[in-house]
Amino acid sequence: MLAYTIRRLLMLIPVLIGMSLLVFSIIHLIPGDPAKTILGEKASPEVLENMREELGLNDPLLIQYKNYMLGLVQGDLGTSIRTKVPIAKEMKPYLAGTMELTFFAMAFALFIGVNAGILAAWKQNSWFDYMAMLIALIGVSMPVFWLGLMEQWVFAQNLHWLPSIGRSSIINPVHPISHFYIIDTILVGDFGGLLEVLKHLILPSIALGTIPMAIIARMTRSSMLEVMRSDYIRTAKAKGVKEFFLVYKHALKNAFIPILTVVGLQTGLLLGGAVLTETIFAWPGIGKYLYDAISIRDYPVIQSGILIIAFIFVMINLIVDLLYSAIDPRIRYR
Amino acid sequence: MKKKGLYLLFVLIFTMSVSLTGCGGSKETSGTGQNTLIYGRGGDSVSLDPANVTDGESIKVTKNIYDTLIDYQDGNTELIPALAEDWESSKDGLVWTFHLRKDVKFHDGTSFNADAVVFNFNRWMDKDNAYHQGDFPYYGYMFGGYKGDEGHVIKEAIAIDEHTVEIHLNFPQGPFLSNLAMPPFAIASPAAIEKYGETLGEHPVGTGPFVFKEWVRNDKVVLEKNKDYWMKGYPILDQLIFKSIPDNSARFITMQSGEIDLMDGVNPDDVTLAKENPDLQVWLRPSMNVGYLAFNTEKAPFDNVKIRQALSMAVNKQALIDAFYNGLAEPAKNPLPPSLWGYNNDIVDYEYNLEKAKQLLAEAGYPDGFTTDFWYMPVPRPYIPQGKKIAETMQSDFEKIGVTVNLVTEEWAPYLEKTGNGEHTMALLGWTGDNGDPDNFLYVLLDKDNAKGPDAGNIAFYKNDELHELLIKAQQSGNIDERTKLYEKAQEIIHKDAPWIPLVHSTPPLVGKKNIDGFIPHPTGSDRFTKVSFK
Repeated sequence: MLAYTIRRLLMLIPVLIGMSLLVFSIIHLIPGDPAKTILGEKASPEVLENMREELGLNDPLLIQYKNYMLGLVQGDLGTSIRTKVPIAKEMKPYLAGTMELTFFAMAFALFIGVNAGILAAWKQNSWFDYMAMLIALIGVSMPVFWLGLMEQWVFAQNLHWLPSIGRSSIINPVHPISHFYIIDTILVGDFGGLLEVLKHLILPSIALGTIPMAIIARMTRSSMLEVMRSDYIRTAKAKGVKEFFLVYKHALKNAFIPILTVVGLQTGLLLGGAVLTETIFAWPGIGKYLYDAISIRDYPVIQSGILIIAFIFVMINLIVDLLYSAIDPRIRYR
Repeated sequence: MKKKGLYLLFVLIFTMSVSLTGCGGSKETSGTGQNTLIYGRGGDSVSLDPANVTDGESIKVTKNIYDTLIDYQDGNTELIPALAEDWESSKDGLVWTFHLRKDVKFHDGTSFNADAVVFNFNRWMDKDNAYHQGDFPYYGYMFGGYKGDEGHVIKEAIAIDEHTVEIHLNFPQGPFLSNLAMPPFAIASPAAIEKYGETLGEHPVGTGPFVFKEWVRNDKVVLEKNKDYWMKGYPILDQLIFKSIPDNSARFITMQSGEIDLMDGVNPDDVTLAKENPDLQVWLRPSMNVGYLAFNTEKAPFDNVKIRQALSMAVNKQALIDAFYNGLAEPAKNPLPPSLWGYNNDIVDYEYNLEKAKQLLAEAGYPDGFTTDFWYMPVPRPYIPQGKKIAETMQSDFEKIGVTVNLVTEEWAPYLEKTGNGEHTMALLGWTGDNGDPDNFLYVLLDKDNAKGPDAGNIAFYKNDELHELLIKAQQSGNIDERTKLYEKAQEIIHKDAPWIPLVHSTPPLVGKKNIDGFIPHPTGSDRFTKVSFK
């Protein structure tokens, strides 16, 4: 297993190089001039030219790529063209924000999705089954921005139960240490702040977690249905195992492998693709950060940001693969 | 078993967070005794060093941290003393003497004086200066480049004594004072510039009404009251927070739920809702822009003034405003927006009169009208939010007097390039002012100096020598009264020659809590919160 893990980690290198080449060529092919976005439409041609020179945009593409990769190897992610802040420093809080949100969105998706799927399979063709699958269908098709706005409208504007935007109270902000606000508030023992942070997490987590929840529910149901028909379940039933244990212990364990695959893929997607949720909920996260970078052609940020997300995506899938063998001892990696 | 433990942990965290919220359930209010104002806006600032940015979101914040030598009056672009108590110029307009306010301190405790002013000017204009770190783009636009460049306006800044500064110019510049009032030319603490260098934008230190406290990127900027502000008794607010909420609808929901106190970037439909809400009030920001239809006066039939006047009578501007601006604009009769000094309010716009228009067409030799191309912008702009629809409406207006137009467009960059090169016959375009000076509109957009491709600012290619003389004279005069008269006359000439149909000046809305007092939106788009309070 250790050898397998190391081999997988080594395979990361060609993947990331390929990724960086792809991203590099795409962003240099699309039209748009970063010098112009920085200096504005009214800038004179000479000033623009100086700026391009300063940014190294006049160098041949191969040289630009070489310089970028050289920096990367030395652990330098580059400097943002727009803000002139080192990307590694600038990206940290955004990454933490997105990870915190993704964690809660997936927790919500798993808890509701798995249970709804199990119950639907257990009580197949009952009204619960129909309702759960209808809701799952609606959940998959729901536009995130619409769901987000509706949540805000109901729970913030009308009921005043929950805050509509942000990661923490605007007036009493959390002082970042690790930039994971849950951890930061616990570290300093600020439990009022912790409560605020949790309240701020609820609406965006639900908005972001709804689609994965629906996918997980449908996947769990079909996987459970298959397992429930297998021989060992019939045997267990004949031995008089209580139905609850039969479902949640014996059946779920075998049905969980495909669910885990979906969870891994969805987590990776959420980490990079939460732009809409982050925009609606004014959540300072990596998706919105990258989106802004793309719209003003902040090349170093786009390159490094996508690489980091690709790296995390690959890592999550590695963890999922390793978890397979933890759940199903028959799976062995060599 | 391990998996079960992990699963249980998930469940535990989730139920905990849900139950914790259940017991909370209180509304987040903005501050104790309402002395913190939270301003919700669409984007984040790029940098808080105003000399080094061009984006409005940065300037919005720095306007409250820094002061300039001269400032704009509340709600318009007339000039008032700020860090300079008064000033005078030599007869030839080449030497400007500024008498500085005494007992002003920067937020870091150092003194504001003539040396500080000179230090800032040298930082902006001298590329060899050790602290010229960055692009200083606005300095280049407004003062014709940098030290050593051919068109550079400013020769040098000299400290005469502790509180007197002389600025020597290479040649007179009419809008010089208006330029100095622009937020990029705010005076920063020399000690802070020396200390922070390139990262001054993250540690701004000025003399303004609010002191910088904290900036969480893409989230918020927090400013605190400057207790030693030179304007006695001000500011009134204890704290001012700029909160980034990218989505317009989400921002409006947050406004209605009371989590923020003031917002810009309001969707036109939400303005109606805000007007009906007893807890909210609506402001319209005075316009500093103009949307217009330019005739290419070098091409027939638009070389004939009667044709241009005829078409000017065939556009129903109010109908355009009602249909495409939700009423949030005013009809334009001059190229200048009314919030600018020098605006000629005596001009009577061409009336909407199809009969008269037809008659003029007949006099010009086109009794049955003619066919031509009409270029419209492919992208929304504050002054022309929906180019295509506005063009279609005007197309049907022109049809009524027998003029058939074919709608033409291009991608935005080629559109600017081709209109700047004179390839169009008539084209929609607009302009947002920089410094609130009439020169920034009339000379840039209608003088014959700028009627040359490529990159013509004057896309009507309108050349009038009498107008040129007036505009140049106004550029070289340092006397506001004299310049006002010249610009009023200039607008008469432009009105008569009708190289454009000035269409609208759009007035962006802001929404805020009913109890906000003393807030006057400024046409430049960056507001001072010195006198703002809660009732």
